[in-house]
Amino acid sequence: MTKLITLTIDGHPVEVPEGTTIFNAAKQLALEIPHFCYHPKLSIAGNCRLCQVEVEGARGPVISCRETVREGMVVRVNSEKAKQVRKDVLEFILINHPLDCPICDQSGECKLQDQYFNHSVQPSRMHLPKVHKPKAKPIGPQVMLDDERCVMCTRCIRFCDEIAGEHQLIMRERGDHSTIDVFPGKQLDHPYSLCTVDICPVGALTSSDFRFKKRVWFLNSTPSICTGCATGCNIWMDHHDRIVYRYRPRDNEAVNQCWLCDPGRMTYKAINAATRALFPMKLVGGAYQRLEWNDALSQVKEVLKSYKAADVVGVLSAQASNEENTAVKRFLEKTFPGLQLFWTGREAMPEFADKILRDADRNPNTHGVQALTTKRLDAQVKAKVLIVLGELTAQDLRLLMSIKPEVTIALADQLPHPEWAHYLLPRATHAEQDGTYVNRKGMEQQAKMAFPPKGESLSAVAIASKLMEIF
Amino acid sequence: MTFVLTKNCEVQNMPQLEVARKHGAYASLEKLFARQPKDIIEEVKTSGLRGRGGAGFPTGMKWSFVPQNTGKPIYLVVNADESEPGTFKDRFLLERDPHLLIEGIIAASYAIGSHTAYVYFRGEFYRQWELFEKACAEARAAGLIGKNILGKGYDLEIYAHRGAGAYICGEETALLSSLEGGRGYPRIKPPFPAIEGLFACPTIVNNVETICAVPYIVREGGAGYRKFGTEKSSGTKLFSVCGHVKKPGVYEVPLGTPFKSFFKDYCGGTNGRPLKAVIVGGSSVPVLTAEQVMTMTLDYEAAQIAGTLLGSGGMIIVDDSVCAVEALADLARFYAHESCGQCTPCREGTGWSKKILDRLEAGRGEDSDISLLLQLADNMGGKTICTFADALAMPIRSWIKCFRTEFEDHLRLKTCPMKIGTLNSIRSS
Ligand SMILES: Cc1cc2nc3c(=O)[nH]c(=O)nc-3n(C[C@H](O)[C@H](O)[C@H](O)COP(=O)(O)O)c2cc1C
Ligand code: SF4
Ligand code: SF4
Ligand code: SF4
Ligand code: FES
Repeated sequence: MTKLITLTIDGHPVEVPEGTTIFNAAKQLALEIPHFCYHPKLSIAGNCRLCQVEVEGARGPVISCRETVREGMVVRVNSEKAKQVRKDVLEFILINHPLDCPICDQSGECKLQDQYFNHSVQPSRMHLPKVHKPKAKPIGPQVMLDDERCVMCTRCIRFCDEIAGEHQLIMRERGDHSTIDVFPGKQLDHPYSLCTVDICPVGALTSSDFRFKKRVWFLNSTPSICTGCATGCNIWMDHHDRIVYRYRPRDNEAVNQCWLCDPGRMTYKAINAATRALFPMKLVGGAYQRLEWNDALSQVKEVLKSYKAADVVGVLSAQASNEENTAVKRFLEKTFPGLQLFWTGREAMPEFADKILRDADRNPNTHGVQALTTKRLDAQVKAKVLIVLGELTAQDLRLLMSIKPEVTIALADQLPHPEWAHYLLPRATHAEQDGTYVNRKGMEQQAKMAFPPKGESLSAVAIASKLMEIF
Repeated sequence: MTFVLTKNCEVQNMPQLEVARKHGAYASLEKLFARQPKDIIEEVKTSGLRGRGGAGFPTGMKWSFVPQNTGKPIYLVVNADESEPGTFKDRFLLERDPHLLIEGIIAASYAIGSHTAYVYFRGEFYRQWELFEKACAEARAAGLIGKNILGKGYDLEIYAHRGAGAYICGEETALLSSLEGGRGYPRIKPPFPAIEGLFACPTIVNNVETICAVPYIVREGGAGYRKFGTEKSSGTKLFSVCGHVKKPGVYEVPLGTPFKSFFKDYCGGTNGRPLKAVIVGGSSVPVLTAEQVMTMTLDYEAAQIAGTLLGSGGMIIVDDSVCAVEALADLARFYAHESCGQCTPCREGTGWSKKILDRLEAGRGEDSDISLLLQLADNMGGKTICTFADALAMPIRSWIKCFRTEFEDHLRLKTCPMKIGTLNSIRSS
């Protein structure tokens, strides 16, 4: 067993295991020591010097992110001396800062703004020309660098080296001309590049995708799940006015720690897409015509009336939540007792998998749907009527063309392409309903409703219950 | 005078092995291999030899920190990065007697149990590096480097590595980062290199001059070395003297030599103008006024009492034609240019200080500039990963302390007083 060490921080005694840093010991007292370069998942750089605290008997202030506790240690985080050290460090950080907060995309969620506000608020004593560095420089397909705002914490470099395993970012030049850069002819293009934007404490690294789309203080954040693959990374879905603007990682040590992959983050776009199915529709002469919900439901009932359970095949989805799959299954089994039930989902993509987060199975709920039916949609399927929850893959479509069902009904959130469904019942996305997904580790995870369904779409649960009512 | 380091530095063709051997090179090896490594460490402890790279840490004690039971290789790294303004004493040894360094490397490596030694040359030392490579090749061919040296069963390989021209790579942990192929960023200590250095293995980093003193200690014993110098500052030290001095150059003197006689007898005094100030140990150490330095002896303790440090022994002589503000601005320019840029206070503080000093010198200073500079020195010093920030903080404090009126004159006159008078005073001299 590790030895316990007792020390006092700002007069409060605290007991922590030997080897704990002062920073983490303070955390136990719910005391967050200001910092830039420290990140719990990265090696200690000790370069920003903002986390310096006073330790009795030490020759000078010590960096709490690195210094480990000793028995009887007396630490002061909020003494006048320690406060002054923080002020001095912040003053240094700001002397060459462009102070372009009004046009900085990080504004409102910038650690430098916060630290200055909480620990400095002193006017500048620097009345000399500042060092100028590259601004708005794309350093990769997803990431934009504003080097004048960089606080040189090297978090981004360490992330690439230590977590992504790709040595793509470097520091060039020296002194106050130091600059973050990529190698000549190379880019920051590994699949986790946007994590550098997350951990950059300031507006030096911003997402090319999110930049200038929305001031962050307008955004609402809803805890949700990325539906990009079976890992089921936990996210904050940031949205405003029923538009999703970005995904940010939501800490979950057992799933994604504090990271997300770039392709996963971009899956939010489907929620806002112009190709969303927003109204019930019917295929007439190769084109969709809008229907009222009531008409759509009664027409579906009318069309299905003449078929027996043996003619009908139901397809559940590894893309949909447990709730949706269960509701659709219940409706189908009640209406067509003994029908055949299959499941489908995106095809596996081995090259997508890596050792960090990404899984070859790009469905968020394969485990969940398999609990409802084990049969994957395959070439053996024979059907006159096909009722499908969610999207079909290209391979599924080829299959569908070959069996040529007489009636196809889709509960989908995107317009079917090509137009294979005779009836389209618009389904809400995971942003627009609560849902449970079972990830690759078998963990049930909740995605919360961020906003009500767009257009006239409804959750598949609601659609199933409407159908249940009229059948 | 029996010289420890520079005995053969005036010998023609000393870098050639044959010539070197005639003058006693490698004579210490018989004695070396006749003794146990730990006895050699004891001998160096007895000698009282202190590191000549700047910090003056006792060499024998440093060697004794190397853990011998980790199962990892142990490395010796010789610091030949010599980039501190005013310092060119290692260069002298490298150019005049490379075999002395090789002999020292063999002894030091043997003592600490290392079989691989690196010599890290500053990037600009191309000629010196070439000379060293040549000397190594000759020594290797003669069985002095490589497997089973002199048939004594001890193996040692020596590699020379050239830096890319960064002062910070003289700081031992930055040097190690650079040697490993990384950016020359100093590392947080502890761990100290002796425990976890090059490639995370136990490593001893020593200055060229330090290593060059070792053969003498092996030959003559620690007590023999102690014949020179004072009780606490034993042995001899090289001083490289430059600036407004009649006979600039590299001189070896026993520690404890009075500055006054050193300056007069060795250096021939100034070029004729009155002495204004002396930086005794390289650009990083606090400057002394002429009066302060004249009563000082050249040893670690006396330097401390005088309020400065012996540092590297890079001595800069400053006569009264020099403007204190301009001199300090010049120093600040160097440190702003050479800061590795890791730590906020150093990265920003050096650059800011330089800009303030430039404007002060140009007569555009603000009233608060002097107190601001002193505050910046405090806000940088002792608050960073390595001591580079202190290396500017100390000059700022000392130049202002010694020559405060000159700083105030710049503010009052809104110009450099020297600039007004310079032409006249030079003509009159
Ligand atoms: C900024 C900085 C620059 C330094 N440059 C040198 C150098 O050029 N040569 C050197 O020997 N030591 C230099 N040092 C000192 C080394 O870090 C180290 O203390 C020394 O090489 C140890 O050798 P010694 O014990 O033999 O002196 C420098 C230190 C600092 C902080
Ligand atoms: S770009 Fe951001 S994360 Fe990278 S060093 Fe600069 S401030 Fe730190
Ligand atoms: S790893 Fe999978 S779940 Fe995680 S962000 Fe990427 S696509 Fe989404
Ligand atoms: S003190 Fe200066 S030179 Fe030393 S590590 Fe920090 S930034 Fe680099
Ligand atoms: S957080 Fe400790 S030095 Fe940056």
